[in-house]
Amino acid sequence: MAATVATVMTTMNPEVTSNGLGYVGKTEVEASGSSSTIVKKEEELEILIEFGGGLHLLFSQKPKHTIHIPCQIPQSDLPEAPDMRYLVRWLKENLLSERPEMFGEGDSVRPGILVLINDADWELEGELEYLLKDGDEVVFISTLHGG
Amino acid sequence: MAPSPCSLCHTARALVKRPKTGQQVCKSCFYSVFETEVHNTITEGQGIFHRGEKVAIGASGGKDSTVLAHVLTLLNQRYDYGLDLYLLSIDEGITGYRDDSLETVKQNQVEYGLPLKILSYNELYGWTMDRIVEQVGRKNNCTFCGVFRRQALDRGAAQLGIDHIVTGHNADDMAETVLMNIMRGDIARLGRSMALTTQSEDTIKRSKPFKYAYEKEIVMYAYFKKLTYFSTECIYAPDAYRGHARVFLKDLEAIRPSAIIDIIHSGETFVLEQSVQKGLKEMQTCLRCGYISSNDLCKACALLEGLEAGLDRSALKQGQSTLSVVPEGHRIIPRFERPVPIAVEGIERAVQSLAL
Repeated sequence: MAATVATVMTTMNPEVTSNGLGYVGKTEVEASGSSSTIVKKEEELEILIEFGGGLHLLFSQKPKHTIHIPCQIPQSDLPEAPDMRYLVRWLKENLLSERPEMFGEGDSVRPGILVLINDADWELEGELEYLLKDGDEVVFISTLHGG
Repeated sequence: MAPSPCSLCHTARALVKRPKTGQQVCKSCFYSVFETEVHNTITEGQGIFHRGEKVAIGASGGKDSTVLAHVLTLLNQRYDYGLDLYLLSIDEGITGYRDDSLETVKQNQVEYGLPLKILSYNELYGWTMDRIVEQVGRKNNCTFCGVFRRQALDRGAAQLGIDHIVTGHNADDMAETVLMNIMRGDIARLGRSMALTTQSEDTIKRSKPFKYAYEKEIVMYAYFKKLTYFSTECIYAPDAYRGHARVFLKDLEAIRPSAIIDIIHSGETFVLEQSVQKGLKEMQTCLRCGYISSNDLCKACALLEGLEAGLDRSALKQGQSTLSVVPEGHRIIPRFERPVPIAVEGIERAVQSLAL
């Protein structure tokens, strides 16, 4: 159905990457976590975070991050895994480096920021209520910049 | 939540919730509906294109124009539109802003096999945006940039002998424009800005094939297809007025996703009373450069005159010197010449309308 006409070239210019997320430059993964070590602890979940549409500028200019968060929400009696609400707050408190109002609003993200969980629109995954699993990939893409 | 199946093919896993319809669709059905809707916009009624037309895609390297270049290349093959496609980029001369996006356009040129022309403000007007900002400050520089870009696209297209310019304006942009024109009371522009295609005797035909395409879907399309684009924000003052309209619109969309298409519909159905229409200024051509204008001097010439005279903010005031004489030593914009085939077509049309 969706015939690809274009020959996708990813190696022509090392400065320009075809990531569909609108950023160029370094793509190495930045590791950060609730612990000082990069190795994941047993009671932690490893989540891959990627920022597109210019959002990485708010996160130390780095588009990709691997983070470790506790597998149970701290100071909570609920035996539940952390949800997206927890992740958004965690990102605001631990990873966001500037202009917090450009990312968060209330306990969610700003309208105009698209969120994908394992490549699916988060609107199909329960949005803030989605319970995170070890190895989940979460992508945030801003649409607030010009085209 | 259990993964839900695509509401179109009922087999694959749904990955996108369509804002326009609320449908949950899988990746391949998403490509299919997105592309088909653009095709429908293009071909509805008489259609916006003619076989053999030379069409320039106004390419900024951003998501909208990149997806437009991709989708038009694809539809042109799939439905055999018979179009001769080009990429046309404008270099405003903003250090550290355009460089990356122009690199992106250069890669798009290779990816889609389309010829690319880059035209700079410096070439056309003798001024880069960097120098303009140096002179006028950061308050009104967007006015210069907007006026200069519009003309630059037409002039670049004329140089290439282009019949038709297409831009990546999407549904969100359209709805924003409706809101902004209402808030500014710009009745004349409200009507003009909603047309899918605009054409007058003295300008090159322009169309917006993404007029009904939601920004969310354009971004998702670019993401799933891993298209090469560059997302950035102008280093000079952003268009603050549009920014507010945008945030307001996104808030509305979060509550009711159809708000965007509803606002476009409202914009399209506004009708001006005859008496109001008569009060609007008639269009003419600029006495200095020949570009279409509502005054003796077009906005670009008036702004350039101000820059050359070393005026700053006052250059914005439309208290025009109607002189077609240029002060000595001042740069002017080269005369706007439309490509010959269009001119002939235009004359034929004019003759036909006289005969009627």
